[in-house]
Amino acid sequence: MSANKQNQRVNDFTIKVGNVNGTGSASANALLMKIIFRMGVPVVGKNIFPSNIQGLPTWYEIRVTEKGYRGRSGDIDLMVAMNPESYKRDLAELSPGGILLYDDTWPRPHFLTRSDITVIGVPLARMCNAAFKVARSRILMKNVAYVGAVAALLDLDLDIINTLLREMFASKPKLVDLNLQAIALGYDYAKENYADVSRLKVEARNLTSGKVMMDGNTTAGLGCVYGGATFGAWYPITPSTSLMDAFVKYCKMLRINEETGKHKYCITQAEDELAAAGMIIGAAWNGARCFTPTSGPGISLMSEFIGFAYYAEIPMVLFDIQRTGPSTGMPTRTQQCDIQLCATASHGDTKHILLFPADPSECFDMAVGALDLAERFQTPVFVLSDIDIGMNDWMIDELTWDDDYVPDRGKILSPEDLAGMEKFHRYLDTDGDYIPYRTLPGTDPKGAYFTRGSGHNKYGGYTEDGAEYKEVVDRLAMKWASAAEKLPAPIVHKAKKPTKNGIISLGSCDGAVLEARDKLGADGVYLNYMRVRGFPFSRAVEDFIAAHDQVFVIEQNRDAQLLGLLVTEINAPRDKLVPILHYSGEPLDYKFVRTALSESLQARRSA
Amino acid sequence: MTSFTKPIIRRKNEPTNELGLVRADYDGAMSTLCAGCGHDAVTASMARAFFELSIEPHRAVKVSGIGCSSKTTAYFLRESHGINTVHGRMPSVATGAIAANHELTYIGVSGDGDSLSIGLGQFVHAMRRNVNMLYMLENNGVYGLTKGQFSAAADMGSTAKKGAINELPPIDPVALALSVGATFVARGFSGDREQLVPLIKAGLKHKGFGLIDVISPCVSFNDHKGSTKSYEHTYKYYNPAVHADYVPPSKQIKAAYDAGDVMPIELHDGGQITLRKLENGYDPRDRAAAVHKLFESGQSQEIVTGLLYINEDHKDMHEMARMDDRPLNAIPYSELNPGAAKLKEIQKSFR
Repeated sequence: MSANKQNQRVNDFTIKVGNVNGTGSASANALLMKIIFRMGVPVVGKNIFPSNIQGLPTWYEIRVTEKGYRGRSGDIDLMVAMNPESYKRDLAELSPGGILLYDDTWPRPHFLTRSDITVIGVPLARMCNAAFKVARSRILMKNVAYVGAVAALLDLDLDIINTLLREMFASKPKLVDLNLQAIALGYDYAKENYADVSRLKVEARNLTSGKVMMDGNTTAGLGCVYGGATFGAWYPITPSTSLMDAFVKYCKMLRINEETGKHKYCITQAEDELAAAGMIIGAAWNGARCFTPTSGPGISLMSEFIGFAYYAEIPMVLFDIQRTGPSTGMPTRTQQCDIQLCATASHGDTKHILLFPADPSECFDMAVGALDLAERFQTPVFVLSDIDIGMNDWMIDELTWDDDYVPDRGKILSPEDLAGMEKFHRYLDTDGDYIPYRTLPGTDPKGAYFTRGSGHNKYGGYTEDGAEYKEVVDRLAMKWASAAEKLPAPIVHKAKKPTKNGIISLGSCDGAVLEARDKLGADGVYLNYMRVRGFPFSRAVEDFIAAHDQVFVIEQNRDAQLLGLLVTEINAPRDKLVPILHYSGEPLDYKFVRTALSESLQARRSA
Repeated sequence: MTSFTKPIIRRKNEPTNELGLVRADYDGAMSTLCAGCGHDAVTASMARAFFELSIEPHRAVKVSGIGCSSKTTAYFLRESHGINTVHGRMPSVATGAIAANHELTYIGVSGDGDSLSIGLGQFVHAMRRNVNMLYMLENNGVYGLTKGQFSAAADMGSTAKKGAINELPPIDPVALALSVGATFVARGFSGDREQLVPLIKAGLKHKGFGLIDVISPCVSFNDHKGSTKSYEHTYKYYNPAVHADYVPPSKQIKAAYDAGDVMPIELHDGGQITLRKLENGYDPRDRAAAVHKLFESGQSQEIVTGLLYINEDHKDMHEMARMDDRPLNAIPYSELNPGAAKLKEIQKSFR
């Protein structure tokens, strides 16, 4: 059973923990991931959790990746099976040659049915029951104890564990000792009984300095603070809730006048998503920067208001943290299934601006960008994040801020501007850029106008005249199209050798796509890759498609929604585009992408 | 046809308010409602109230939903911003607008269809939040724009124009408001301007959510025999129980009422609402009494009107949210941006 040095897999493997939710497993897993991160080795964390508070199976994947890949590996090399209910599934999922660690307080001989893996039993419950008196501690510490056992197997740095626990429980020093004791239980047992079993090892590196581990909802909430949002309205919905939680947290930290206790912000928990949408429309109409975080079901409910904001030209920032649909779907599983919903949300002819962040870092930037774009173009702007980006901790470069940033408040007339004008007309395109000027209530009698979602002419007056109506909606279409080059530009990765094969993808697919491309490149298969970051698509997307014979469009939904937009919006030849679709609800892994690309390329070659 | 501009006619020796403006300066576009519609009378009363309070038109904001009543925001205060939102959703837009700038005077205009069916949720929650606005509910018991369906305010036994009898119990906005924490609850009648104008003035000056449920008959679809929201029926059972007047801070000393008849209520702006009780023993600061009075009068079909409940002590949304004294939309970005150094510091906890 002993693993010699040559056999070792250093800093390149995946750990998965199967557990029961509500038992404190999340903090144990966060600790485990932080230890490796602090050892200077890049990590990827994926929480695959149920829509439930306590008692259902939950998993956490930690990929240790010296090369800094950002997607899932598709393999499980060390399975910590803490949940008898999912033993069978966990056992089956373990990759050949892997290790399964389980609590053998209650031995499970059927684990021995696979000869291609190593099973390790650690009597976690027995040890914790002996060491701790309080029932709740026994449950919580069992999780900390497996962190200790894993630390022993992987050669994790005990000093770092010690430091981390002191930081985590700085305000509750008693808990430090308790946790250290639990770590020692698992660690010592594994060292004593399984000293040479694991060929998976973590060796310290210096690859994480200047990096942070953050989730995209936190960075988006922080981005709203930095972007100058003063108002937020929302209705609680998984998985967007933590975005507002972050906004609240940082507003409390940064936006309360210490002397008076007065808030430079207002956050309203609305009665439903319809009201949340109405509130941010009211606040934006009245000149406050604002936003609402939600998920697909919320967008469905907000759609009537979205059309109103589009037609009445009111800035609106929506974060859609996508989860699987349709209907309630799987609320805690990820997808990119709202692309087309958001692109044309609401009845009538509507088209919206969409931003596609690929990681928490872009969530921060795009939060600020969305606030600017919404006011510049006086229209709804959607930031389409997802559960994977929004709720998982990603290793990203430390966020930076340009102190010279000035918000783009768009075209708002001041009383001084109005004084120089003969008459103000709300929907008149005086600059020829398709964007009319607006005025804020309360500033000047000359700026008064009536905002309506009913038919209006370019002067802002009610109309049922076809020509007058068309004039306004035609301008709206041009205004939307003119945003294409003002959005974050697509990012292109050129292959090492010229190729006529291309990939277009977006958002959280990025890590898996980049890695699959790497692996294929090593096998001599070359693909250029463009990641789109905004809709309407820029000219570069059209050019990219034109420059390739076939383009694989990789996305996380069943109906090829991005591909559909490419066909309808930029007239991309349908037969050039090959959909690669992943919609199981789990974050994309590179093996899936590599296999799909290889098979598709092969099939086309032999066709 | 689309919309009409109302001609601005200046008359000699017209009375002016403290701003030097005349009543016509508070007009809007020409109404496109049916001749004799109760709503037009309410529109005139609203314009008059703003005129008499000497509110600068551009410091007022009009919000509405969808329906005949909601159209009326275009028919007064042409120099105010107005927003005609989507059906039943005016309260949320008003809530956001007021959060962004609490310094303006907000008036919402809605109807019984807009507020009591599709918009019931938002209506109730705006009251719970005590959003600082006056909410005019022009109540005619019927859907006008879609030609005569019963609304949720239609009384049991009331008949439709073609004879159908309503068998569902009505939602009484006043009873509803009392139960969810509105802090100024009144009922008026489009046909009694003497009562309505002072009520509107008091409601505009009240800090917090003010509701005036205004019986406003629909001449086209609900003014027939058998309807309990017709002019005839309303006049017959009309009982103006409590008369309210708004007295501005500067006029207070001059106001002289007989002590026994008048109940003064201090407002946050230093002004007063003076209540002339038309019935002995009724105290509109007593919510339980208001509820009792309402249900008691309902049994005799009596339409009890006036300021039925007021509570000046409850915090409004702005106060509950501990918001800055300045409007959110007026706080300079330099005060909102924590800066690069702070961002670095924040991220220490993510290493």
